[in-house]
Amino acid sequence: MNKLSRNIFIAFFVGPTILILLAVVFYPFIYNLIISFSNMNLRHIKDWELIGLVQYIKVFTDPTEPTFFNVFLKTIIWTFTNVFFHVVIGVFLALLLNQHIRGKSVYRTLLILPWAIPQYIVALTWRGMFNYEYGSINLIITKYLSLPAVEWLKSPTEAFLACILTNIWLGFPFMMVVALGALQSIPHELYEAADIDGASWFQKLKNITLPLIRPVMIPAITLGIVWTFNNLNIIWLVSNGGEPSDQTHILISFVYKAAFNLYRYGYAAALSFVIFIILLFISLAFMKRTKATEGAY
Amino acid sequence: MKNKFKSKKILAKIATHITLIIFAIIAVYPVSQVITISLRPADRLLSTSLEIIPDNATLNAYVDLFTNRPFLLWTANSAFVALVVTLTGVVFAAMAGYAFSRFKFIGKKIGLLSLLVTQMFPATMLLLPLYIMLIYLGLINTYFGIIIIYTATALPFCVWTMKGYYDTIPFSLEEAAKIDGCNQFQAFYKIIVPLASPALVITGLFSFMTAWSEYIVAAQVLQDAQLWTLPLGLKSFEANMTTEWGLYGAASFIVMIPVVVLFLVLSRWLVSGLTLGSVKG
Repeated sequence: MNKLSRNIFIAFFVGPTILILLAVVFYPFIYNLIISFSNMNLRHIKDWELIGLVQYIKVFTDPTEPTFFNVFLKTIIWTFTNVFFHVVIGVFLALLLNQHIRGKSVYRTLLILPWAIPQYIVALTWRGMFNYEYGSINLIITKYLSLPAVEWLKSPTEAFLACILTNIWLGFPFMMVVALGALQSIPHELYEAADIDGASWFQKLKNITLPLIRPVMIPAITLGIVWTFNNLNIIWLVSNGGEPSDQTHILISFVYKAAFNLYRYGYAAALSFVIFIILLFISLAFMKRTKATEGAY
Repeated sequence: MKNKFKSKKILAKIATHITLIIFAIIAVYPVSQVITISLRPADRLLSTSLEIIPDNATLNAYVDLFTNRPFLLWTANSAFVALVVTLTGVVFAAMAGYAFSRFKFIGKKIGLLSLLVTQMFPATMLLLPLYIMLIYLGLINTYFGIIIIYTATALPFCVWTMKGYYDTIPFSLEEAAKIDGCNQFQAFYKIIVPLASPALVITGLFSFMTAWSEYIVAAQVLQDAQLWTLPLGLKSFEANMTTEWGLYGAASFIVMIPVVVLFLVLSRWLVSGLTLGSVKG
């Protein structure tokens, strides 16, 4: 293939994707950046003007309830707890499923289920399950475990915990599937050799399995961090918009409220940009530490 | 000695099964809740019973859903949007992923990184500018607007998945095809695309789910009730003073079915198709 036709081929193949992303993702990104330097809100929706860094200063200093740093801290707890349990449960189940056991495909099928259900249904169903009086979680706790019922949705800590539990439930199948794929690509000879050397189950796990699934898990974990950090559905719908009294917000739901319930567009744009920078920084730090992109191109 | 070894193995098997059963129950239970809610008679929606099939179970909610509500309209709308998004998502991702996997070109590294970076944009960052843009272009209350947005949402992950999978297919296959007289394009769709079907399945499934279950963008763009997709319709059961839980449960259950069936049928492929750029290019 000569150079010209090669370039035409590449442009033809990459073009549609680039065009769509430019229009739907990168153009709004720039637009958002401009709004973040403006005073746009419900009163100034057409006649807005640029006012410099005022909105950014507000993000960090406005005495909002809760404060930016409080929400930021919760976002970190939210992301870390969720991804940690997604990976641990996912890899654990994948290890169990990667043996010769009866009914393997039935188990795998059932365990994938949480991934298959639309998130807004998951969120509203779990919200129902956390109901104080009629929710099945409290019914199970009181009937079978003889523990006192928990006010899941009325107190800040429990409501936040309820959101985390919901999100752990919904996220582990993705990691399980990724881990299963990685486990299946490990050559059997490695384990046979280890058996001959008399390696224990734990030694095989530590020295063969985990290092070999690592290169597959790291990109998945990076994606997991990014998706969890920005997951609006679960927090918004399980806590019904941050209840009680905005104490369950993570950054993404906090900014969603500012933009679409309070119409503080300029402020929301600035906060959105701050969120993006934080997430970019975290992901780059994570990838650098784990060398995730090594070999990706 | 041998007996001891054997019984230890059996014990391990039993423990494995018990653990898997416990997790399977946890995975399935919330789904069973949806069914329970949909079957409860209207006067007993708030119940402290833990039975999966409630007393006096009734299918009234399902009948109501199909006869008194525009549920079929919402389903048709959602199906249309989801199918178009799936088709465009798969075709564009298959093409872009191929170029990223097989060629070196200016901006390739930046391009791949930007795909990852798009995932970090908070939804709120894009939603407001997009909304204003769609108003200017007259695309509010059109499917065109929402289909483009959904396609863009699904594409970055899909392109990465395709690229990762193509990387596992040896170059020599295309070279052989070219010696046999195929041009680059023929080599792509005759040889490579069929081999990449596990990744195509994931890409399709992911695009379908993005469109089938999205609520927040749809709520801003599709304001005309005639155009509503399923998530908007379902939310409307909740929006009034009292939540119509029976209808909500019945509708949720029906909405889940196609996605769950797709997942079940494709779950074998899921495992082999998700390579996520794990291999060297």
